[in-house]
Amino acid sequence: MLSYIARRILYMVIMVILVSFVSFLIIELPPGDYLTVKLQQLQARGDLSAQQRINEYRARYKLDQPVLTRYWNWITHFITGDFGESFEFERPVSEIIGQRAAMSVVLALSSITIVWCLAIPIGVYSATHQYSLGDQVVTTISFLGLGMPGFLLALLVLFFAMMVLKVEVGGLFSREFTDAPWSWAKVVDLLKHLWIPAVISSVTGTAGLVRIMRGNLLETLGQPFVEAARARGLKQGKVTWKHAVRVAINPLIVILTSEALPSIVAGDALVATVLNLPTVGPLFVRALISQDMFLAGTVLVFIVLMTMIGTLIGDLTLAALDPRIRLE
Amino acid sequence: MAEPLVEIKDLHVEFEVRDGIIKGVDGFTLTINRGETLGVIGESGCGKSITAKAVMQMVPKPGKITDGEIIYYRRDKYNPQKPTRIVNITKLDPDGDEIRSIRGGEFAMIFQEPMSSLTPVYTTGTHIGEALSLHRLLPKTVGEHMAEQMMQYRPVTKQEAREISIEMLQKVGIPKPHERVDAYPHQLSGGQRQRVMIAIALSCQPFMLIADEPTTALDVSIEAQILDLMRELQESMEMSIMFITHNLGVVAEMAKEIVVMYMGKQVEKSDTVRVFYEPKHPYTRALLQSIPKVGKRSSERLASIKGMVPDPFHLPKGCVFHPRCPSFMPGKCDVLTPNWIEAEPDHWVRCLLYEGV
Repeated sequence: MLSYIARRILYMVIMVILVSFVSFLIIELPPGDYLTVKLQQLQARGDLSAQQRINEYRARYKLDQPVLTRYWNWITHFITGDFGESFEFERPVSEIIGQRAAMSVVLALSSITIVWCLAIPIGVYSATHQYSLGDQVVTTISFLGLGMPGFLLALLVLFFAMMVLKVEVGGLFSREFTDAPWSWAKVVDLLKHLWIPAVISSVTGTAGLVRIMRGNLLETLGQPFVEAARARGLKQGKVTWKHAVRVAINPLIVILTSEALPSIVAGDALVATVLNLPTVGPLFVRALISQDMFLAGTVLVFIVLMTMIGTLIGDLTLAALDPRIRLE
Repeated sequence: MAEPLVEIKDLHVEFEVRDGIIKGVDGFTLTINRGETLGVIGESGCGKSITAKAVMQMVPKPGKITDGEIIYYRRDKYNPQKPTRIVNITKLDPDGDEIRSIRGGEFAMIFQEPMSSLTPVYTTGTHIGEALSLHRLLPKTVGEHMAEQMMQYRPVTKQEAREISIEMLQKVGIPKPHERVDAYPHQLSGGQRQRVMIAIALSCQPFMLIADEPTTALDVSIEAQILDLMRELQESMEMSIMFITHNLGVVAEMAKEIVVMYMGKQVEKSDTVRVFYEPKHPYTRALLQSIPKVGKRSSERLASIKGMVPDPFHLPKGCVFHPRCPSFMPGKCDVLTPNWIEAEPDHWVRCLLYEGV
């Protein structure tokens, strides 16, 4: 078991190096770099010393060196925890991400909690009451949820909130709290804002998960061991939860860990952009557009890292839960 | 004298599907005696399994018991001489306390699919322990000064459940029961899984074992072992067995009495020897003729029953077997419905040939 984990971690390291290299190259692909755009902006403003300043920057960020050298510099520093400096913000990447990471985690965790607390019971209900009125309603709603993209829902909610409720829903804090130190009032204010993005990103997730749970459970309920458990004199509820759900839920564990961890780093960037949330998602999109190399690269590496850690945790949990795939 | 344990009277089970109503069981009558083995044979889809499930009050959806009674002469589990109550199983709430204490505790069932009848994530010990914690009580020591013998019972503890599980595994012939009690289903072979199913079923000392084609999915050599095991255990536990199968050889070996089923009805019933040597109903005869025999010339075609099982939505008039019957009497069999009659002492049949019409 330990050697298996060690092997998986080794693969992860190799994978991260490969992914970081490829993503570095891809960010590099468009002609020019961050400073070309910056130069144009400065010249347009009539800044005479523009060229000179850009050259200083170029030297400072070592943009005059070949790609491979720059990659090598970045990745070797990365390991020591120095993720480089953002061009756009002129601050260390770790500082910028750190500022937003907390909010990303809070948002992701709350939406994951909502998704799982809703999806599992609803999916179980829908499967155990197949073709009942309740199941039809759940099925209809979950198809709507699956079909509607999160950002569209976000726009609708924004519109509804502004036009009908006359409240401001963008962001995570009201204006007066944005830069205020933490206090009880600020937490309350956060909760007032948090539920909207949490609900929006939950809808799509819940809908998909309900469908998976329902499908898996229906298949499991038809298995002979469910009938055998019932023939042993167990209560129907116990047959469903202890035998059927316990077996049907296994594939969902993998989904939980392998999707939840990366979404903590950069959840739904589109929804976050629409709702103007101070999370990592929109930051990442912006960094990619402006070729803010180190910022984009760092976020990307973290997404990959989280995906791989998530998959590993998922595999280990599954092995613990299901003896059939336990490793020798 | 044989004492009845369960009497099925004129049982009807119907399935309402999109195209209409299918009569899965259509007026089935049967008595299962205490301590005896009754074989139920018939083609696939004739209603054998549905009947068995009806006795457990767990007819699968969308099936419904529409008519008839299943009378269970209940006795005290811990004092089997003492009758307690006469229960009509068809009237019980399918998830109620009473039927759940009968299921598993007094009627145990083993299924056709040993490969998937155990929950894959639980060990054999967990399975047996689950049944034990539901149904098995152990005697509690009560003060000895009492004049009258009074027994009190308490539920089994975890440790005791484990010990009983090991003992049961040993009884059903699982090697190394101390280790196998912690084995998961996928670590066992098909035959071992069916042994575990039997161990679960018998761990609570039921009055009746319903075996629904228990050896169909197993190799022939394993089949013989399982049948021997069931017979041995039956003798030591004084238990009735309702043995459902389409395998005539198996039923001949197991049952004292045989009921032949066709399209949801019983068509013939007698003791095993007479059903095999003096079959009365043309369907039973045809079934017996379709058994391949060793030593017959291989060029000879195997006898088969002509025609097909009728479409359940358009059942033939009169006797449902008449379109396939070699003794078909035009003008009678396709008009009159045969009755269940005693053609000879203890030899019942449902056929117009014996009604003198």
